[in-house]
Amino acid sequence: MQSIFRSDDIIEQKFRELGNRAEGVLVAYLMGHDPDPKAFFANAVSLIEGGADILEVGIPFSDPVADGPVIQAAGTRALSAGATPRKILDTIGELSSQFAIPFVILSYYNPILAMGIEQFMRNASEKGVNGIVVPDLPMEEGDKFRDMALKHNIDSIYLAAPNTSAKRLLSIVEKSTGFVYLVSLYGVTGPRDTLSPQALDTVKKVKSIAKGRIPVSAGFGISQPQHVSALLRAGADGAIIGSVLVRTVAEHLNDPGEAPYYLTKTITALKQASKQRTG
Amino acid sequence: MEPLKALADAYRIFSRDPSFKKELANWLEQYAGRPTPLYFAGQLTSHAHGAKIYLKREDLLHGGAHKINNTLGQALLAKKMGKRRIIAETGAGQHGVATAMACAALGLNAEIFMGSEDIERQKLNVFRMKMLGAKVHPVDSGSKTLKDAINEALRDWVTNVEDTYYLLGSVVGPHPYPTMVRDFQSVIGKEARRQILRQEGKLPNAVVACVGGGSNSIGIFHSFLNDPEVNLYGVEAGGHDMSPGKHAAPLVAGREGVLHGMMTYVLQNAEGQIETTQSISAGLDYPAVGPEHSYLMSIQRTKYVTQTDSDAVDAFKQLSQLEGIMPALEPAHAISYATKLAKTLERENSIIVNLSGRGDKDVDTIAKHFPQ
Repeated sequence: MQSIFRSDDIIEQKFRELGNRAEGVLVAYLMGHDPDPKAFFANAVSLIEGGADILEVGIPFSDPVADGPVIQAAGTRALSAGATPRKILDTIGELSSQFAIPFVILSYYNPILAMGIEQFMRNASEKGVNGIVVPDLPMEEGDKFRDMALKHNIDSIYLAAPNTSAKRLLSIVEKSTGFVYLVSLYGVTGPRDTLSPQALDTVKKVKSIAKGRIPVSAGFGISQPQHVSALLRAGADGAIIGSVLVRTVAEHLNDPGEAPYYLTKTITALKQASKQRTG
Repeated sequence: MEPLKALADAYRIFSRDPSFKKELANWLEQYAGRPTPLYFAGQLTSHAHGAKIYLKREDLLHGGAHKINNTLGQALLAKKMGKRRIIAETGAGQHGVATAMACAALGLNAEIFMGSEDIERQKLNVFRMKMLGAKVHPVDSGSKTLKDAINEALRDWVTNVEDTYYLLGSVVGPHPYPTMVRDFQSVIGKEARRQILRQEGKLPNAVVACVGGGSNSIGIFHSFLNDPEVNLYGVEAGGHDMSPGKHAAPLVAGREGVLHGMMTYVLQNAEGQIETTQSISAGLDYPAVGPEHSYLMSIQRTKYVTQTDSDAVDAFKQLSQLEGIMPALEPAHAISYATKLAKTLERENSIIVNLSGRGDKDVDTIAKHFPQ
């Protein structure tokens, strides 16, 4: 199946397009094939139709050190249902043939290595993947990986944390394509009631170093519409929502057919907030 | 990355600082009980009918295992770095106990992550940690053993990075841990090399040590790396059998992968998911191994073999009855292999086995294997 996205610039185009309307980009995360392929597909569609600007899909890993309990449990569910990188990429292929939005993969490094980096990138590119985030691959070790991603028109997205030094931030800004994934707190993924004390300062710091050369999206611990608007007001170009959506999936394991309704409701409210940058 | 850089920088400075080295040497001598003896196991040697078997008695250290060599070094470093909250993972509980001891002695606060399965099979060590003032956090994720305890410690560290020092217990994880822990454990090999030259007048034919993460083995191997006549054997846990999930032998049966911030041999399935492991010894129950072992194997300087759970139990019994020494189940794997190796060598040869810990913690497990 041919992807409808062939440009190397598809993610940044999305940021430019929305930025021109003074609107933030909403990145919605789901664990691939959680709790099973069919329910995942329906949930993903509900998020896209509900207003997600980019869909980020997790590849499950047995040892997800950057994730809190919500996403850990999702990975365990997906693996129990027989999820593999290939099968999840196939589902992304189906989604990308129907919906004209960018798709990003989040995977730990070992499942990619196990498939072979080049094989993984070729497959991902064919299925319409536009960007990739690998939380346990530091930029310092990532050059070969990045070259391979770019060769296959996939953006290599690096993470920046509140304690990342200015010097390292500069390299992250230079080496990332698509966007910089800003970790808004000290810790792992998971919904928090309030934004971390570091969140807004980190956004300002990273934006000042990015100097508009690359969009900056903030993730980790972001669950409420007011978090999204606060981050955007501080200068972020987008917000990444994960655990709160995955938790909704987890709350409807006995009635998976109802999850899309609640996901749509949540994403609509978040999308509304991402339109109100000036307010 | 920033905390790892800060740690590497601090370690680089202090490891060259004569006053830091002197302070650590004092703690090792007066608190931990170094040097440990190199004991000629005469009865075991007679029984094996071959090369002389020497035991490097790390089991006699304070706490009952080699782990204290590393925890004193890192706890001192943490103190110099101004960190007062110390977190650590533990499998068998020996590293947790050694961390709790070093922290109590140096006035630091210890919190230990331990898989709930390991808590169940190492109750004595859990009790010891608590008595020593450490907080023990049970880990219920994944396989509920050592790898999951490391995952949880890493998650805690990124959350509390500003005031917390992660005191990793083996030669695993991201740089600088494998190098730093090796350096702190290399005291074992430095002593053993001097002792065997004094006691035997020549280097041993072989050095044998068990390998889980690989700290006691790297610690004793390191001083012999430039002696090509000394064969170095690492003994991994053969567990029940060598089918997937039934052992813990990444060097013998794994392939290259990335786990816990290191590229090394890892037990994994075709999709890169980490395999569960099984071993009678909680301390060897880990699906990866220190990257330096992977390197040493790739240049063929070291050799890795396995011994099963029942081999370890037999060696535990044999050493207890022939020498009056109860080994921990981890080094019992090394004792088992060394005894077999000794049989194949001439009597004028010698073998050093790193007896990395004592077996008190394992008596419950062992009791199940013998009729009352």
